[in-house]
Amino acid sequence: MNTIALEDIDRVYKRIMKVCLAVAGILLVAAAIDLWPFRPLPSVVIASLLVAVASVLQVARKNDWRPASAHLSSHNAWAGSLTGLGAVGIMVSLAGAGSAFPELMFVLGIGSVTIGGTWMILARHVPAPAGVDNHGATSNPISNHGAVGWMFGILMTGFYVLVYWYPQALEGLVRTTDPLSWVLRGRAADHWFMYSLVYSLAVLVMGVRAWLKYRHIKYQRIRTVSVVFFQLILAFILPSILILFEQPEFYFTYFWPLKWTYLWPGDYGFGWILADGGRLGVFMVVWGAVLSFIATPILTYFYGKRWYCSWVCGCGGMAETMGDPFRHLAPRSTDSWRLERWMIHGSLAVIVVATALIWINSALEGAVFGSVSGAVARTYGFLFGSIWAGVIGVGFYPFLGTRIWCRFGCPMAAILGIQQRFFSRFRITTNGGQCISCGNCSTHCEMGIDVRWYAQRGQNIVRASCVGCGICSAVCPRGVLKLENGPLEGRLNGPVLVDRDDVDILEM
Amino acid sequence: MHIVIVGNGIAGITVARFVRKGSAARITVVSSESPFHIARTALMYAYMGDIRLDDLKPYEDGFWSQNRIDLVHDHVEEVDAERNMIRLASGAQLEWDQLVLATGSRPNRFGWPGEHAPGVQGLYSIQDLESMEKWTRDCRQAAVVGGGLIGIEMAEMLRVRGMDVHLLVRESAYMDFMFNQHESDLIHAQVARHGVHLHLDTELDRIETDADGRACSVVTTSGGVLDASFVGLAVGVHPNAELARKAGLEVDRGILVDYAFNTSVPGIRAVGDCAQFRDGLAHGRNIEQLWYSGRRQGRILGRILAGEQLTYKPALFYNSAKFFDLEYQTYGNVPPSDSDDVMTRSWTDEGRCVRFAWSRSDNHLLGMNGFNVRMRHETAGQLIRSAHKGAVAPDTMRTLLFDPEFSKLPTAAMAEAVSP
Repeated sequence: MNTIALEDIDRVYKRIMKVCLAVAGILLVAAAIDLWPFRPLPSVVIASLLVAVASVLQVARKNDWRPASAHLSSHNAWAGSLTGLGAVGIMVSLAGAGSAFPELMFVLGIGSVTIGGTWMILARHVPAPAGVDNHGATSNPISNHGAVGWMFGILMTGFYVLVYWYPQALEGLVRTTDPLSWVLRGRAADHWFMYSLVYSLAVLVMGVRAWLKYRHIKYQRIRTVSVVFFQLILAFILPSILILFEQPEFYFTYFWPLKWTYLWPGDYGFGWILADGGRLGVFMVVWGAVLSFIATPILTYFYGKRWYCSWVCGCGGMAETMGDPFRHLAPRSTDSWRLERWMIHGSLAVIVVATALIWINSALEGAVFGSVSGAVARTYGFLFGSIWAGVIGVGFYPFLGTRIWCRFGCPMAAILGIQQRFFSRFRITTNGGQCISCGNCSTHCEMGIDVRWYAQRGQNIVRASCVGCGICSAVCPRGVLKLENGPLEGRLNGPVLVDRDDVDILEM
Repeated sequence: MHIVIVGNGIAGITVARFVRKGSAARITVVSSESPFHIARTALMYAYMGDIRLDDLKPYEDGFWSQNRIDLVHDHVEEVDAERNMIRLASGAQLEWDQLVLATGSRPNRFGWPGEHAPGVQGLYSIQDLESMEKWTRDCRQAAVVGGGLIGIEMAEMLRVRGMDVHLLVRESAYMDFMFNQHESDLIHAQVARHGVHLHLDTELDRIETDADGRACSVVTTSGGVLDASFVGLAVGVHPNAELARKAGLEVDRGILVDYAFNTSVPGIRAVGDCAQFRDGLAHGRNIEQLWYSGRRQGRILGRILAGEQLTYKPALFYNSAKFFDLEYQTYGNVPPSDSDDVMTRSWTDEGRCVRFAWSRSDNHLLGMNGFNVRMRHETAGQLIRSAHKGAVAPDTMRTLLFDPEFSKLPTAAMAEAVSP
């Protein structure tokens, strides 16, 4: 088995630092002499960013300590370098090169990150024996608030801020996705297309990682294929093709209340879908309503909220793939649980009230609230859609874990959770007295559920927030946890096995 | 009523929890190992970076004050049985009406030259973990002595951190006192797959040290020399009974107790790894040193101290382990091989197997084990306790299995293969 030592990682960091500084120098010169195709202001900004990145890597080299892993091969050094170069390529695109050479900069930017990232993942996981391996997850500085972790979080958060509010700053990168946009959609790219592409590639590449990492568990293999499929095909390619055929851009995997506008009347709701889509538009609106009110309760009754949250949803798709290295960062105190219940149900109340107001207003033809509905729609979209789900929901992965939005904000998760808690066949069962209280389950629960609390007293885990990802079961070294669908009777068992006095499994 | 418990391991802390469930007595738990109860079963995961040190705590810090269980992080220097006092290292003294000694175990050492050198240690406490962290930081080659559950865990820990690891095992097959050849081979394959060098039929002779006095190699009884700047000793544990011995309690290997955990001195009880039952237990041993037995003993003693009239009986034996990626469970009694009284029948598939042990006289079930096959504790217990006779029905096998969703085990074939 090849091993990679600290020195090898150090070499990769050094290599990327050198490239960052060299490119920063070139950009500054380009800005000074106004060299085509670079634009002066973006070039200076990007050059500063590259210097900042190089400084962070230097800090990381000096301060971050990580245990060497036995499973890194020498390929990793090259794959890591390619990924780093791809990141620099994205920066150069942003400085102006993307508009001048879209195809080339696509290959050198997003393309290199995709290929390099996939190569790193293959090099790390293919030679390693199949089996649970979270070694280093809680000591690796990237996923534990080290210098590189902070940098990663700030860059991701910054990216979301630009996408939502300053898309013109991303012009150079958007242009590199033009060629693909022409093929898929028959028109030039906009920043949302670029964002969707980057999002879907992240889910795809890190989906490969999740598949390989958990390949010894059939549930994880199927589930990973499922989330990647729904994101890539139904949430990226299909909407693109709809645009190609001049149809409304519609997402068949999102429903009210997560995609609240699909059940709102008028122009800020499904009005434009009906107007632009004709018969297909009617189908889309009916589809959304049927999924919200009929399919969702039925599927949740049989399988719990997991059918959506960890199998279909795009936010879940990102969390289960890109987010896997950050699971353990989810807040897991009882206080955070208390806060979670207030926030997520508050979020649900807001969307229900907003929806009701808008329908009433629409029915009365604006007589009551006048144009207030538009303001409600915009405010909700800004607070929940942009800030909560996007900037914090994904940008904060390296700070607060992967399911911040799903746990504290998503109104869809709130409804599914209420049903899962009170009226669903889903539960996680525990195996008698076998729990050794090791805490792997609690540590790697992305929803911050203290799974161990239940397992060590032999109690079924029935929690509103559980998305049924099955990782607690995967990481349990004693095979104690099992995801199951079964009869409602006896589902909410008390502490039956270890703690209860009359039936005592330990007497067995 | 003031109950003082010495030791916050699983036995001591379970006593505290179950006293609180049934009584308003004042409870104080004293430990010098850690301020809060930790799961020592997870020390290996903390070392490998699967969990953080903070994740070792099964209960939130506020749990203890909510349940009015006082925690004292201090070392007990002396038990004064006449004045009902313990004296702590800080100089403080605590008076008790009832004292519980739950002082656990200590790793064995057998007098090998070099066994106390820096870089040579066992793995039991959080201090051992810290020491292991310290002595392996710049270590490239390591050796582990011991062919049991902890030995293979230590080998995995060191290997995960990138060291070249030699595992020295006295037996000619891994744990051949419990496993048949096929089962041992499954473990051998795991060890090889993870790149650990397994040395069977190999015993330690001595540990050599370098100029600084630190371990540098191990020498086997056959004269082989293996470079190792860290040496893990995993050759069993013995009861930590020093405190009791100094206090004048009757001690054999462990602190001698009756079935209600009473020691030779009224008012003092002992529980968990450190206790030795005077009259032996149903399974034939008189000391139990598992996580599960510590929890069970603690639970019974807690209820006794809360006022119930109970005596301790061991559970139907069960245990579990994980050998790298190989999960292992056992229930009841499964000997390594067949004998005049016992016949074993097994089902095997690539990388996994189950084995049932049957009494030859009347074909009743004695026990079962499984490798990468999970079995339901409740069902396994019922079958063994009710002395299930004869063939296992496919439906019974289906109920018995605790396999994850989508795993399609051939229950009919398994049932047939394990039936007598």
